[in-house]
Amino acid sequence: MKISMLSRTFLLVALAGLAGLAGQAAAELRVEITEWNIEPAPVAVVPFGWEGSAAAAPLDVSGVIAADLRRSGRFAPMDSDDMLSRPTRGADMDFDDWRILKVEAVVIGRVEQTGDNAYSVQFQLFDPFRGTQLVGYRMPASRGTLRRVAHRAADMIYEELTGIKGVFATRVAYVTAEARGNGQLYRLIVADQDGENEHTILESADPIMSPAWSPDSRQLAYVSFEGSRSSIWVQTLRTGNRLRVSSEPGVNGAPAFSPDGRQLVLTLGGADGNLDIYVMDLATRNKRRLTTHRAIDTEGSWSPDGRYIYFNSDRAGGPQIYRVPVSGGSPERVTFEGGYNARPRLSPDGKKLAVVHNDRGNFRIAVLDLERDNQLVVVSAGRQDESPSFAPNSDTLIYATRQSRDGVLETVTADGLIRQRLESRGGDVREPVWSPFPRY
Amino acid sequence: MALQNTITRVLPLTVAACLLAGCGGTNTIPDPEPDGSTMGGGADSSGSGDFDGFGAGEEIPFGGEAAELADTIYFDFDSYEVRSGDADIVSRHSIQILDSGASVRLEGHADERGSREYNIGLGERRAQAVRRMLMIQGVPATQISTVSFGEERPAELGSDEAAYAANRRVVITYMN
Repeated sequence: MKISMLSRTFLLVALAGLAGLAGQAAAELRVEITEWNIEPAPVAVVPFGWEGSAAAAPLDVSGVIAADLRRSGRFAPMDSDDMLSRPTRGADMDFDDWRILKVEAVVIGRVEQTGDNAYSVQFQLFDPFRGTQLVGYRMPASRGTLRRVAHRAADMIYEELTGIKGVFATRVAYVTAEARGNGQLYRLIVADQDGENEHTILESADPIMSPAWSPDSRQLAYVSFEGSRSSIWVQTLRTGNRLRVSSEPGVNGAPAFSPDGRQLVLTLGGADGNLDIYVMDLATRNKRRLTTHRAIDTEGSWSPDGRYIYFNSDRAGGPQIYRVPVSGGSPERVTFEGGYNARPRLSPDGKKLAVVHNDRGNFRIAVLDLERDNQLVVVSAGRQDESPSFAPNSDTLIYATRQSRDGVLETVTADGLIRQRLESRGGDVREPVWSPFPRY
Repeated sequence: MALQNTITRVLPLTVAACLLAGCGGTNTIPDPEPDGSTMGGGADSSGSGDFDGFGAGEEIPFGGEAAELADTIYFDFDSYEVRSGDADIVSRHSIQILDSGASVRLEGHADERGSREYNIGLGERRAQAVRRMLMIQGVPATQISTVSFGEERPAELGSDEAAYAANRRVVITYMN
């Protein structure tokens, strides 16, 4: 089922207006629901109450929660103008008001100021048909953490309703390119998954590629072409400190952290340009070669149990996915369907494999079900889709597609049913990578 | 092949003679195979020969030769071999490199289709094809480096065959 894009976009912009503070810089990414094939469930997020010295709370917490639920594609929060009552405390809940509206879940809550820069966010989730509370929490916050607390509340609500862990408190890293003078300006950006709190962590006149999160979300590895040669860097987000961990002759590419964060898989080409997969110990910088074939072996990715490296090799002619034990051994071929399967990424639960797949002349994202004979499902619909990256809940992927000339980001559920576009303010956006779950 | 060998043998002598004699101007070296599409233009060569010993050699080491010799080699779709018609361009570069002692960087590129890191591999494969050809013609490996930009630095924006063809290339850059 396709939903009119215009009306959905309008709804969302209206919501973003509510959620955003006046004068705040526009986020780079805005969400625009493009398409889904399941009916989103009607829910209500009642505007939260506010008790504090200012006229209004520093952040529209309920607006953030509603936007998160809407963006998941699984829920359709109702317009607050259509609500029959607007309770902010459990005692004020009249379940009949919500049964009449056929709302399947109701979220109510309050933000209280408890100090100069101290707040308490309280929310409750109700099932109006059973007349029961499903979950309820009170969480402390400061002005700086209110948004994160709102996302955490949305995560708890989402998990309670779907059984799937929410990813609203996660972040996305991506690369942008825009014309600057005679050349291009490349930026490596980290933002909340809803496009807010965008930070440029590196700016360069030379290409930046292949960002990869450390498992603790504190560092990004990436490829930079500064000095017109490729090298791999690891940058700590909080300090901005960056270390060059590989700058061998020729290709230094495709870094990915091991699940324990101690090793990096990478691609080295050497002076003779034979791209092979290596594993580097980050403490000692010692490198161990895992493949030796004269074909292109690249785009290494760890299995979540840390035992295998999945990689792309064109040893059989076209690019296909193989895997090799991290301890060494013979690679074994994983993909057989189609003539082009590249950029393997395992879902964090290890059950699915996302690839870039040539689907009758179009490069699209496909997901293989590793538990069901590697059955391949194409989940995107563009011509030049690339760089799939799983959300830490294994349920959703983010990838880059094209809108006229420029790259834009889309998310899609791993079953292909809900697909959404993150609208860019401009420039060419590419190589999105979804962060792991935050550690509280 | 016979023609190529002749050029390879004859040209170094001409160039060397020219260097020794301190040839001025930009049109004193005979172009073994003039290529109208890559001509540097008459405006430059009409100027006075201001080549003045070795100090200026850095700027115009081979005068018109540098201006006229193409620095970009294009590749067919899904191909990593220098086209037979372009082999001569590579040969002439090998002569320049050998005679000048210069180092070159071979920048390999791919068109935008498919996965970015795999395209880095394809660009490198093209750069290596040119590198091997230079080495066969005697250029020491120490004077050649390669870098692949994959699809990251397109010569032409666009998602059509013309843009793809313009982007599947190796650019030969002189480092000193």
